[in-house]
Amino acid sequence: MTERRDTQSVGRVTPETLSVTTPLALDCGKTLGAYDLVYETYGRLNADRSNAVLICHALSGNHHAAGWHDETDAKPGWWDKCIGPGKMIDTDRFFVVCVANLGAYNGSTGPGSINPDTGRHYGPDFPVLTVADWVRSQDVLREHLGISVWVAIVGGSLGGMQVMQWAIDFPDRLRHAVVIASAPKLSAQNIAFNEIARQAIVTDPEFHDGRYYEAGVVPRRGLMLARMLGHITYLSDEAMRAKFGRDLRAGRINYGFDVEFQVESYLRYQGESFVTRFDANTYLLMTKALDYFDPAYATGGSLAQAFAPVTARFMVVSFTSDWRFAPARSKEIVDALVDAGKAVAYAEVASDLGHDDFLLTMPHYIKTLRAYLGRAAAEVGA
Amino acid sequence: MNTADTPTRNGLRADLALISEWIRPGTRVLDLGCGNGALMAHLQATKQVRGYGLEIDPDNVIASVAAGVNVIQSDLDDGLAQFEDKSFDYVVMSSAIQEVAAPDALIDDMLRIGHDCIVTFPNFAHWRLRLKIALWGTMPASRALPNRWYNTPNIHLCTVHDFEALCREKKADIVRRHFVNHAHRAQAAMRLLPNVLCEIALYQLRDKPK
Repeated sequence: MTERRDTQSVGRVTPETLSVTTPLALDCGKTLGAYDLVYETYGRLNADRSNAVLICHALSGNHHAAGWHDETDAKPGWWDKCIGPGKMIDTDRFFVVCVANLGAYNGSTGPGSINPDTGRHYGPDFPVLTVADWVRSQDVLREHLGISVWVAIVGGSLGGMQVMQWAIDFPDRLRHAVVIASAPKLSAQNIAFNEIARQAIVTDPEFHDGRYYEAGVVPRRGLMLARMLGHITYLSDEAMRAKFGRDLRAGRINYGFDVEFQVESYLRYQGESFVTRFDANTYLLMTKALDYFDPAYATGGSLAQAFAPVTARFMVVSFTSDWRFAPARSKEIVDALVDAGKAVAYAEVASDLGHDDFLLTMPHYIKTLRAYLGRAAAEVGA
Repeated sequence: MNTADTPTRNGLRADLALISEWIRPGTRVLDLGCGNGALMAHLQATKQVRGYGLEIDPDNVIASVAAGVNVIQSDLDDGLAQFEDKSFDYVVMSSAIQEVAAPDALIDDMLRIGHDCIVTFPNFAHWRLRLKIALWGTMPASRALPNRWYNTPNIHLCTVHDFEALCREKKADIVRRHFVNHAHRAQAAMRLLPNVLCEIALYQLRDKPK
C-alpha cells in the first residue's frame, strides 16, 4: 500500500465515457452506428490546450494506464511506472489521455457490449477492426476534448502502430510521434503465433462460436493457452533462464505431467489470472488488428512512400532483448522515415527482459524519452 | 577526443567549428559519430541544415536527443547500406575514422552517399609521436591520443600520407585540406610539412565524376 502514497503517482482516477452517436465507417466495410469510448486523463490541460499527450495501448491494455481506481485495486494502471508527476511522461507538464480501443475489454464498446440492433451481445458480430479504425475513433475523442493538436502520441508495441497510423492519416494533429518496441508490420512468425493463440480460443468447447456470454461460460482453457503462448514471446530466453532456470517446484523430478518446473507454474498463473481480466473475443480482435497492420500495403510495399504525408517528428525506441519486435523491425521504421526525409531519432536500449521492457524503467530508456518529451513540452511552453 | 581541455570556439569544439565553416547553409548533412550532437545542433541553429547524426554511445544518444538532433543509435561498423546514393550534401566524420573496423569501406560508403565528405583525424606521424616511439620505443600517447595501447578505441590510426594514399586509391578528389595543431590553430609551417607538424587533419573529399 506504500505505493499509493507514492508522490509520483497520479493517485485515484475515474474513467470517463464519451457516447458517440455519429456512425464510424470501418475498413471492413461495416459501420458502427453508436459506440462508447472509455478514457482516463491525468494532469491538467493548459490554457491554450497545447500540452495533450495521447497514449495508445497494446494488446492487453485499456484506458487505465496510470493511478488507482479504488483502495482495493491490487495493481495500478498498466503503465503507471512511466506516467505520473516527474515520471517519463510527466503529468506535471502534460495532460495525458488514454482511451480504451474499440473492442478492448472492460472499456469502450466491444464484443461483450450489447448490440442495439439485436439486443444481444455483439460476440462474433462485432466488426473486425483495424489500427486505422481505432485511430479514427481516437480522433473523435480528440475533437470532443477540444484538442486541435496532440503535442505527442506515445505507444508501445501495437500502440506504436497506432502512433504511426496517426502520423500518416492525421499529420496535422500531432507534433511528435513516439513509437516504442513496435514494427511496421508483423512477420510471418508473428502472425503464426497469433494464429495458434486464436486456434486455442476458437477450438475451446466453451467458445460457442463467440456467443459464450449467452451460454454463461468462458473459454478459459483457450484464452489461458493463448496468454501462455503470448507471454513466452514477451520474455527473452535470457530473462526466463534468469527467472526460472530449470528450478523444480518440489525440488525433485516426479516423472509425471503435472506442474513440475517453476516456469510451468508461472505460465499457468499468468494464463489463469489473465482469464479473469480479459475477454476471448477481444483477444481475437486485437491479434487480427496486429496481423492486418501494414501501412506500406497501400503504397505498393514502400514504407517510405507511406510516410510521405508525415509532418510529426518521430522518436523510435527498441530493446535489444526483444525478439517479438526486435530492434531490426524498429530500424525498418527509422530507415523508411530517413528515406522519406522525415525527422527521426532512434535509441536501441540494452535490456534483458524482452518485449515487455517497454513497460519498465531502464535508465537509458527513461532518460532518452525524458529528454525527447522535455523538448516537446518546452516547444509548447508546458 | 572530447577531453576537458579541448579548445572551443563560440562554445563549439574547435575542429567542429572548422567543419561548420565548410558547410553551406540549407544543406542536408549526415554526421557519422555525432557524439553529443553539438555539430548538428549548431548547424541546425545557425545554418538551417537538416539531417541526422549516427552515434553508438547511449549517453551521447541521450545528449543528442536533448540537443534536438535527429540522432540514430547505430554502429558504424554495421555499414551505411540503409542510406541511398547521393542522399546527403555532406557526410561528416569527425575524429571517428580511426575507431572503425573498416575505414576504407566506410570512405567508399561516404563517397557514395554524400556529394561531399568531410573527414578529420589525428595525424599519427606528428613529430612528437614519432619522437616518442623512436626514443622510448613505446606506443606513443599525446593530448590528441590520450589512451594506452591496450584500452584505446583507436584501432586504425593513420597519417596524412596514408590518408592521401587512400584517397588516390579511392579516386576521390581532395577539394580542400586543412592542418591544425592540438589547439586547432593553423601555422604556416604546417602547410609545408603537414605530415610532421599537424596534429589534426581536416579533409573535404568528393567522388570523382565517373
